[in-house]
Formats: sequence, C-alpha cells, structure tokens
Amino acid sequence: MQIKESPKTYDVCIVGSGAGGGMAAKTLAEAGATVALLEAGPMFDSAVGDMFKWPYQSPRRGAPTHRPFGEFDAAYGGWEIDGEPYTRAAGTQFDWFRSRMLGGRTNHFGRISLRFGPKDFKRKSVDGLGDDWPISYEDIKPYYDRIDKMIGVFGVNFDRSLGLDNEPDGFFLPPPTPRAYELMVKKNCDKLDIPVVPSRLSILTRPLGKRPACHYCSQCNRGCSTHSNFSSPSVLLPPALETGNVTLITNAMAREVLTDEEGLATGVSYVSKDDNMEYTIRAKTVVLAASACETARLMLNSKSSRYPNGLGNSSGMVGKYLMDSTGGDLAGIFPQMMDGIPYNEDGVGGMHMYMPWWIDNQKAKLDFPRGYHIEIWGGRNMPSYGFLGGIHNYNAKFGNRDGSQRPNGGGGYGAQLKDDYRRFYGAMVGFSGRGEPVALESNYCEIDPNVVDKWGIPVLRFNYEWSEHEILQAKHMQDTFEEIIETMGGKLLWNKAGADSNYGIHAPGRIIHEVGVARMGKDAKKAPVNEYCQSHDCKNLFVADGSSFVSMADKNPTWTILALSLRTSEYIIDQKKKGNI
Amino acid sequence: MDKQNNGMNRRTSLKYMGGAAASLASLSWVGCDSPEDTQEAHEHKHETSDELKISEEDQKLMDQQFFTEHEMQTVTVLANLIIPADDRSGNASGAGVPEFIEFMMKDQPWHQTGMRGGLRWLDIESQRQFQSKFIELSEKQQKQLLDQIAYPEVADPRMSQGVNFFNNFRDFVATGFFTSKMGIDDLEYKGNTANVWKGSPPEVLERLGVSYDDVSGWDFA
Ligand SMILES: Cc1cc2nc3c(=O)[nH]c(=O)nc-3n(C[C@H](O)[C@H](O)[C@H](O)COP(=O)(O)OP(=O)(O)OC[C@H]3O[C@@H](n4cnc5c(N)ncnc54)[C@H](O)[C@@H]3O)c2cc1C
Ligand code: SF4
Repeated sequence: MQIKESPKTYDVCIVGSGAGGGMAAKTLAEAGATVALLEAGPMFDSAVGDMFKWPYQSPRRGAPTHRPFGEFDAAYGGWEIDGEPYTRAAGTQFDWFRSRMLGGRTNHFGRISLRFGPKDFKRKSVDGLGDDWPISYEDIKPYYDRIDKMIGVFGVNFDRSLGLDNEPDGFFLPPPTPRAYELMVKKNCDKLDIPVVPSRLSILTRPLGKRPACHYCSQCNRGCSTHSNFSSPSVLLPPALETGNVTLITNAMAREVLTDEEGLATGVSYVSKDDNMEYTIRAKTVVLAASACETARLMLNSKSSRYPNGLGNSSGMVGKYLMDSTGGDLAGIFPQMMDGIPYNEDGVGGMHMYMPWWIDNQKAKLDFPRGYHIEIWGGRNMPSYGFLGGIHNYNAKFGNRDGSQRPNGGGGYGAQLKDDYRRFYGAMVGFSGRGEPVALESNYCEIDPNVVDKWGIPVLRFNYEWSEHEILQAKHMQDTFEEIIETMGGKLLWNKAGADSNYGIHAPGRIIHEVGVARMGKDAKKAPVNEYCQSHDCKNLFVADGSSFVSMADKNPTWTILALSLRTSEYIIDQKKKGNI
Repeated sequence: MDKQNNGMNRRTSLKYMGGAAASLASLSWVGCDSPEDTQEAHEHKHETSDELKISEEDQKLMDQQFFTEHEMQTVTVLANLIIPADDRSGNASGAGVPEFIEFMMKDQPWHQTGMRGGLRWLDIESQRQFQSKFIELSEKQQKQLLDQIAYPEVADPRMSQGVNFFNNFRDFVATGFFTSKMGIDDLEYKGNTANVWKGSPPEVLERLGVSYDDVSGWDFA
C-alpha cells in the first residue's frame, strides 16, 4: 500500500484535539512552533449545535437512539462506535466512552472544573495506598491559576471555617445564585454537617475576551452556541489556529508513532477517513493527547525492534493503573416541591451548588480510603424523553390531594394519572456521588492479540474490577443520600442499592473519567513518563491527556489535564530552547 | 439594540451553514467583536422555533408503517384512556402520541415484539372477558379491563404480562404527551429561552421554607 508522506517536517505533531491536545496546540503554536494537529473525528463548532431545540421538533423527541445522552447532546460517539471495537477480559468490565469530533469530550462534558488539592497528589503519604505523584500541588498551582483566568470558571473560595482544606482557592467568576431546591439541600445538610457550597463550573457568568456571558439556557451538553462555556473548539483552538502555525487535519486516525534507529520519535502515521489512504506526518516532537486509553493504545501499537513492548514502555507499565471515578446515585421526591410554582428554573447547564468531600477518613475511622463529591440535580427541567418514566413505582407514595391513601397502590390511568404527572413534575432532587478509586496495577488495558478495528489497528482489551475500597465507598454514598433525602422530608424514588448490586456502583468507565495508563514517576522502571509527562525512554515523546495521572481524586479530571498539558507544553518550549530535544 | 440583533443574526446564519468549511471559518469568529457587544450579549435574544425538522434517515423511517390500522386504533384508544382531555389540555392523540409511538417502534425496533404482543394480549383478554376486541368495548368495559393491569401492586399475578405491557405503554404515552408542545404548555415549563438568571422567586423560596439569607456570605452573579 502506498503511504503518502508529508514533505514538511513540523516542530510538533499532536494527536487529539480535546482538553489536552487543544491546550498543547494553543500553547505551542503561540510560542511559534509549527504544529500538525491530528484529530480522528470531523469538524465541530458548537455554534451549529441543537441549542434551544424543543423535543417535539424531532419525531423521536430526543430519544437516545443514536447518542447515549440523547438526540440533542453534542457527543459524536459513545460507548460503542461502529468499526472501532474494544474487548474485555473474561469476568471484568470497562465501558469505554469515546467522542470522535473536533474537541473530543470537551464539547458535551459537565464543565465541573475542580482543581486537585494538596492531599490529592500525596495520597500514599496519607493512607499508604497507591503512590504519591512526583509533583505537589505547589508545582501545578501556577498553571491552575492561569487556566482559571484563560478559560473562565465560576465558584467561590471557601471560608477556612468550613474545613475544606483539600479544595484549593482559585480565580473565580461569581457563581450563579442557587436554585430554591439547592437551598433546601443546603439547609438540611447543615443539620448533618455536610457542607453545601457554590459549584465550580467552566461557564462564563461574565463576558471574557470575545466570549459573551451565559444566557442560562441550561443546555451546556448540547454545546453552547455563544461559546459561553468551555470546550476546546470554543476556547483553545481558535487562538491556536489564529497563529497560522497549526495545520489541523480532521478525520485523521493515528495508527502509530514512528521512530528512527536512535529511538527518537520522527512523526506519526495515520489513516484518513476521508479517502481511506495512509499518511505520515514528520515531526521533531510528538505529543499524544488522544484520551488516556487511546494514548496507551498508540504507545503499545508503536512497536519496533528497539521497542518490542511498544514505545516508551520499557517499564511495562503502559496501560497499567487505569482508573475511572466511582459513581453512585439516589433520588428523592419531596412533597413540598409537588405542584410546584411555575417559573424558569433552568439556570446554567449544571448544578449551582454541590458538596465536596467533607470527611477525614482517618479521623472518622471510615472503612474505606478516599472520598467522593456529591452532585445535585433535579427541579423543573425541560420535559424530555423518558419524562417521569416508571411513575407507577412512586405515584402512590403521597396519596391523593385530599390526603387519602390509594388502596390500589401506584400506577393508574386517566384524569388522576394526568394530574399526578403535573404534581410530580419538578418535585425530584437527585444526588450523584463521584469518588476516588485506588490505583491498582491489576486494572489495565492492553493490546488484544486477536482483534483489529476496521483500519487494521489492533484494539484494546480491558481488564478492570472494583476492589473492596470502591465498593465500601459506594455503600457510604447510598447511606448518605438516604439520610439527606429523609432529612429533607422526602421519600426515595427507587430502592436504595444493597450488597447484591455492590451498592449500586456504576461499572468502571461509566463515569467517563479515564485516567492513568502512562503514569508519571521519577523511576523509569515504575512509570512510563517523568514529572513533565515526557517519556523516560524516548525524550521527544510526551503525553498531554489524563494518562499521566498517578492517582485520581474525588474531583473530575479535566482542570488537571489542562494544567498538566500547559505545563508540559511550556516544558517542551523550554527544552527546545535549551537544545535538549 | 440593533447592533446586538445583528450579532445574533450573524450567529444564527453560521448555525445553519453547516459543513466543515463553515465550521472552520466560524472558529475564528463569531458575533460579538467589541466590549460593548459582549456586554450587551448578556441580554441577547435567541430565535427559537417550533419547526419540526426531519432528517432524510428519519423521513425513511416515517415512510415505513409498523402498526396495522387496527393496532393504530388500539394505540389511540389506549393512549387517550391514559391521558384524556381536561380543562387544561387535550388528550394524547391530540398531542400526536400515537404517531410518536409508531415512530419509536421503527427507531428502536427492540420494542416491536413487546408492543405488538401486548396489544394482542389486550385483544385476547377483551375477547375472553367481553367477547369483543378492545376498541369495540364500551368505555366502561375498557376501564374494567385496565383496572386489572394498571395497578401493579394489587394486580392478579395471572395478569402480570398485561401489567408489564401497560407499564411500558404508560411511559411511552407520558413521554409522547409531555414532550409535545401541548404537554409542555400544560406543565407550564417556562424555560428554554435566553435570560439572565437571578435566583428563584420569593413565593418559591417561601414554599420550600428557604431564604437567600442562608447564603448571604457569598456574592452571586
Ligand atoms: C458526559 C460527560 C461528562 C463529563 N463531565 C465532566 C466534568 O463535569 N468535569 C470534568 O472534569 N470532566 C468531565 N468529563 C470528562 C472530560 O470530558 C474528559 O476528562 C476530557 O475531555 C479529557 O480530555 P482529553 O483531551 O484527554 O480527551 P478528549 O477530550 O476525549 O479528546 C481526545 C481526542 O482525541 C481524538 N482521538 C482519539 N484517538 C485518536 C487517534 N487514534 N488519532 C487521532 N485522534 C484521536 C478523539 O477523537 C478526541 O477528539 C465528562 C465526560 C463526558 C463524556
Ligand atoms: S447554560 Fe449558558 S453556557 Fe450553557 S449552553 Fe446555555 S448559554 Fe451556554
């Protein structure tokens, strides 16, 4: 087969245009580097998204037939992609979510933008499990500071008296006023000593640069037509492209990293989905930011006589220590919210208040390590596909309007049922815990020896199981949510999950926070990359997504991916200047 | 004000250009250029529309027919028993529920067997109890039958298949009705429009027994 070689040698080739790749492209291009940016998906700009679409504008009313989070969600992709399989080792599960589009998952992510705190980089020192990062919060703080100001994030700095000392201060835009039901959560959680505080989301409540402030339509997951929330194509790629230094190649599926006899990276080969032809890009430095597992896949697939186990994998650790956040949920119905007063409760596309992890595991002698934060949802959302589904499970819980009970229990039809839908609409509040797993070598992805995708690229096989740590944490979530719902005077919308379902913990991968798999460390025998996300084996190869994480936190990963990518990109510029790479 | 509308028109036109080239152009972009513009954009109006947009693939599904005429009649009668008209809004068929269910059978074909079999179950049970198909029964008889499957907790275990069918059918009707314009108006959902969020109104706070005094230590947008 003919391979088309680009005549030009770029300073840098970046694979992936999401959070990590977008930040690297911007930083490197603005510093004057010529950049080839390879993106496996098509062009996307949220200006053309489905904002303001009503469900009745589509015959499927927004059903998730083709997109896991509903028809109007911005994700091109999901847990399964035609022609791009992955496999799982028998008896284990990992569900791998991939967005194939310019900007990747940043187009429709939840915009929860939390810094990791000082303890999150030193967990082993706290509880003896896993490993410490080779960097500390102080090393990364300046980058978080700059990202807050560059991208925009709302929130508040927490008063010391709240004791939230693992939730660092930042540079915040004012947060949106809480919704009434969020105040109700706070009022009741105050009684339980669970702090409820303004959330931290990368949504503009004030104009920033060319981007106008949010107009509170609550549809961030569809992409924002005014670019008021953060996504890579809204915030990072425009300035990158404006430098004139970036050659953006979409529909370009990277196959492997190419190397020379010295073992240095010389570029990337890719297949173009537009013409099905093979191409190579030559570059002096290669940055992988294809989402953590895809980065591991590229490294493992880049085999040569010099690197028989894959590029940058002399440690054998590429693919190991895969992590996803833990997740568990419970929701309640609240009589005081039934027959709610109509008003526009949309607000931003996400919670205005949340609960950071509030317990010291050691002091409280909890039977699990690491914590979780709690996300709040509910209220009078736009009626959408699945509206009050399963109402027969709960519409008898509060009896009739006159206080009488329903002898036949839930369900029904006719005038009373129609009235029930009105009574129950907007009367729910739900709680989702998102927590920290312990990094284990035994949770990993590797190349499946038998299976290739439709371009002949060997695919990943996952091997992931929750340990007792995560399952006990999920139990704590269920107990906490039940206590909160009862304190608020509500009733559970569905039964609390028990031991038979591992306390409702979601399957690994379902929270879509894949990190790890090319973790950073000082010791080249234990970690594929150093503290600047530079391969120990191949000094002009870098990773700029979540693959370098040593541990997850009880926080979502993207703000840290962005900070690390900025730091790595500036290190590349520095090393270039010094002639080291 | 005019300026601001122009900003939105530019943006709206970009929205409908579509395609790779247009997207790339709009990346170096869009709308608000001056600081005044960005300030004003805070109050901008978006054009929303009620227009039904049907893609080519969806049109193909719509051109196929899943339900027989008799099945469609049964779906319609059943849906209207579940959501009848009242003084606030019309009934399920007035909100397009039968057409929505017909579409979903082709869009998500895994529902087909359960739906078709459930409708058949209903007719067989009607025959057994009242010697006629469901749509030919009097409303009173129809309700007598529904009373046996609409309340899972007290239903006779021998009716469990009917109960399960009815639970699913009820959910389809609820989505179909309450995602229609009629249903959304009925619920008095007020959102999906550009606005400046300033918090919940006093009567809502009062109803929930909360107050912004509880968070007065923080400055909000
Ligand atoms: C529904 C949802 C909600 C989320 N909510 C939050 C949240 O609230 N807060 C938070 O911090 N995180 C959240 N996340 C996670 C967040 O989206 C990711 O952490 C973040 O996008 C990761 O950035 P990335 O650059 O590593 O990967 P991505 O953003 O996924 O970008 C990777 C890019 O690489 C491309 N690519 C992949 N393989 C190749 C290849 N072989 N060749 C070329 N290109 C390739 C992909 O097409 C993609 O565009 C959420 C995710 C989802 C899906
Ligand atoms: S809520 Fe705000 S940021 Fe989110 S999509 Fe709407 S306008 Fe954009």
